[in-house]
Amino acid sequence: MRPVVRHQYDAVIVGAGGAGLMAALEASKGCRVAVVSKLYPTRSHTGTAQGGIGAALGNREPDNWEWHMFDTVKGGDYLVDQDAAEFMCKEAIRVVYELEHMGLPFNRTPEGKIDQRKFGGHTKEFGKGPVQRSCFAADRTGHMILQTLYQQCIKRQVTFFDEYRLVDVLMREGRCCGVVALCLATGELHVIHAKAVLMATGGFGRMYKVTSNAHTLTGDGCAILWRRGLPLEDMEFFQFHPTGIYKLGILITEGARGEGGVLRNRTGERFMERYAPTLLDLAPRDMVSRAVHQEIRAGRGIDGKDYVHLDLTHLDRRVIEEKLPDITDFVRTYLGLDPVRELIPIQPTAHYAMGGIPTNLNAEVLADEQGRVVPGLYAAGECACVSVHGANRLGTNSLVDIVVFGNRGGQRIAEWAPKAEWAALPDDPEGSAQEQLARLEANRGGDEAARLRAEMQQVMMDDVGVFRIHAGLQEACERVNRLRAAYQGVGLSDKGRRFNTEVEELLELGGLLDLAWVTATAALARQESRGGHSREDFPNRDDAKWLKHSMASLRGDAVQLAYKPVTITRFQPQERKY
Amino acid sequence: MAHVRLKIQRFNPEMDSAPQWREYTVEAEPTDRVLDALHAVKWHHDGSLAFRRSCAHGVCGSDAMMINGKNRLACKLLIKDLKQPIVVEPMRGFAVVKDLIVDQTKFFEKYRSVKPYLIAEEPPPATERLQSPKQQERFEDTTKCILCGACTTSCPSFWANGEYVGPAAIVQAHRFLFDSRDQGAEERLEVLNKASGVWRCRTIFNCTDACPRGINVTKAIVEVQNLLVAHAKQGSTTDAAQ
Repeated sequence: MRPVVRHQYDAVIVGAGGAGLMAALEASKGCRVAVVSKLYPTRSHTGTAQGGIGAALGNREPDNWEWHMFDTVKGGDYLVDQDAAEFMCKEAIRVVYELEHMGLPFNRTPEGKIDQRKFGGHTKEFGKGPVQRSCFAADRTGHMILQTLYQQCIKRQVTFFDEYRLVDVLMREGRCCGVVALCLATGELHVIHAKAVLMATGGFGRMYKVTSNAHTLTGDGCAILWRRGLPLEDMEFFQFHPTGIYKLGILITEGARGEGGVLRNRTGERFMERYAPTLLDLAPRDMVSRAVHQEIRAGRGIDGKDYVHLDLTHLDRRVIEEKLPDITDFVRTYLGLDPVRELIPIQPTAHYAMGGIPTNLNAEVLADEQGRVVPGLYAAGECACVSVHGANRLGTNSLVDIVVFGNRGGQRIAEWAPKAEWAALPDDPEGSAQEQLARLEANRGGDEAARLRAEMQQVMMDDVGVFRIHAGLQEACERVNRLRAAYQGVGLSDKGRRFNTEVEELLELGGLLDLAWVTATAALARQESRGGHSREDFPNRDDAKWLKHSMASLRGDAVQLAYKPVTITRFQPQERKY
Repeated sequence: MAHVRLKIQRFNPEMDSAPQWREYTVEAEPTDRVLDALHAVKWHHDGSLAFRRSCAHGVCGSDAMMINGKNRLACKLLIKDLKQPIVVEPMRGFAVVKDLIVDQTKFFEKYRSVKPYLIAEEPPPATERLQSPKQQERFEDTTKCILCGACTTSCPSFWANGEYVGPAAIVQAHRFLFDSRDQGAEERLEVLNKASGVWRCRTIFNCTDACPRGINVTKAIVEVQNLLVAHAKQGSTTDAAQ
């Protein structure tokens, strides 16, 4: 048994990326807040976001939030909840100004306003052509958002539990009342009793072999709530970003195409002309990723292999080096190529979970498809599904999502928590966490976990990737389930308590296996193609049967699927052409 | 796949009385990162090896360590570019928590001491504050800092005196001192003018060499020193150099 330390805060924020820090800033205006993060906050994955944050400021050309909303809805293949998209696109403008006021060093227009550039799927006048909407700081916009929010947290003296890993979320009679976290430095468990808990634990791209996601993006918050019986929404929708560096998966921002870059196949053809005649290379990511796959399948990959080229060579050297310096550095470092003169080999890379913990517009977590709220529990950012991204997220909208809904969740907590009564902790609050850790310590260690992880990542890549088909999905469900069973036997070779990163990796693997299982199961059930979910056996969108959100829950040892309607306000579903 | 030889400094203060060197041979591609080789050790040879890492492409700043004698990010160095065995040690100047993980508490204390946040007292306008592209470029280089610690822990002045605020904190101060929107110069310069402040820099340039983000760290330090001199001439600093 591990030593236990106890704390009490009005609110606990789990995760210190953009959503968590934004929520902490807002919540701390009204109550005592602690932020629990398995990484130092500045290591969070928000910091890797490159190209920009979308907001209809209209600094470069006329724009308005309703066009942004339309693009978000259409980009999401009409699975977006339109009340949420409306709220987000209006709020985006206010929140981007707020970030500037906090000191975010945006690039500037000649008049000194925030500069904006084109991005995939963002259009003027409801689809007439690309619009400059992405507010950016070179190609490190996420880095600047993360730094700026962390700076503000320091200014406000927010309490951080740095390098504490979430192990359990505490519930009593349907209400959330705290968390259990593992202090990595000491191996102690910390029970934090709280009135409100906000999950901002990010995505889970590490279930795939080729991914842009950090090693630590393992869906911890989603997996833990799932095991507590709460539903996960729209898990079948996972975005593949078309331009990952070949084999490595490292992201090359869509901003590279926003600045004029184009995709080419082995014959040098700009193949997007055939797939999206209006937006071309700036079509939404799901379409571009499918186009890349189709080129590869047709034998038009470079040298017949499984990649194509991103061509920036026609751009001015200054544009590449000044507006895209980081990706230029990545290409030089990892490929030994100079993007000013040479073509960049790219392939789609697993990038973003559209699905996650269902929430309402107040970032309150929903317990079921009827919309019943879990008192005291909130979620924001990639781990949440509100749903502003529907079946496919537009570029820049993840940064919009984290700041808008992090802000909203924090506000709600600041209003709610000071008035709320304390709920008692459950009996033996750390019991389940102790048990999980004791099992890992009791089992024999070895390289079994690495083998399970590699197999999961390969299966998900092969069968639950850009294109999916019944037989493959069925096989994926079965294989992932076998891996889940095998996981019960994995253990630690390092039995020490101090900074035991093996414990952390094993906990992460367990969560990823569960989320992979849910993803494959929800994908097998959805017999249509929509956004990031593309079924070869059901190639068309089927609004009559499938214009609905999936809600997956753990019942016994099975995934139970329920569905709920999509909120449609301004824009009726129409055929999606670009 | 090829054999890659690594020599790693291991130390678990829970069990060991002193650090020890261990050698490992793993399978990796020449174009793999050192981080991939460390994972190969951890996943297939010895699960107890401890190191921090996250993004694996040089942006999050988790995996700064000393590799073949220089502070580098393990995810930004390719195996083919290194002499073997690849010698891996923790960054110098902070206590080792375990293996390649150092205690960064003091590093972040120094960071916080320079008030690393925008200080601007007037209420902002309804939209953005204006700033010309030229004003923005003035401090752009130091906005790139990822707080990995490679600069501070490569600095002989810091090794000699752990009280020195160090290059990373000065870089962070520079980012605000040269931002046209910031009004916190007085408060920050007071901290930087102390005995533990910018005057400890001996322009050795290790920091600039170590920075994985290509920040011209030494130049930033010198610019902050020059700013202090200018302020002293104006008689506007409240705390003379000690």
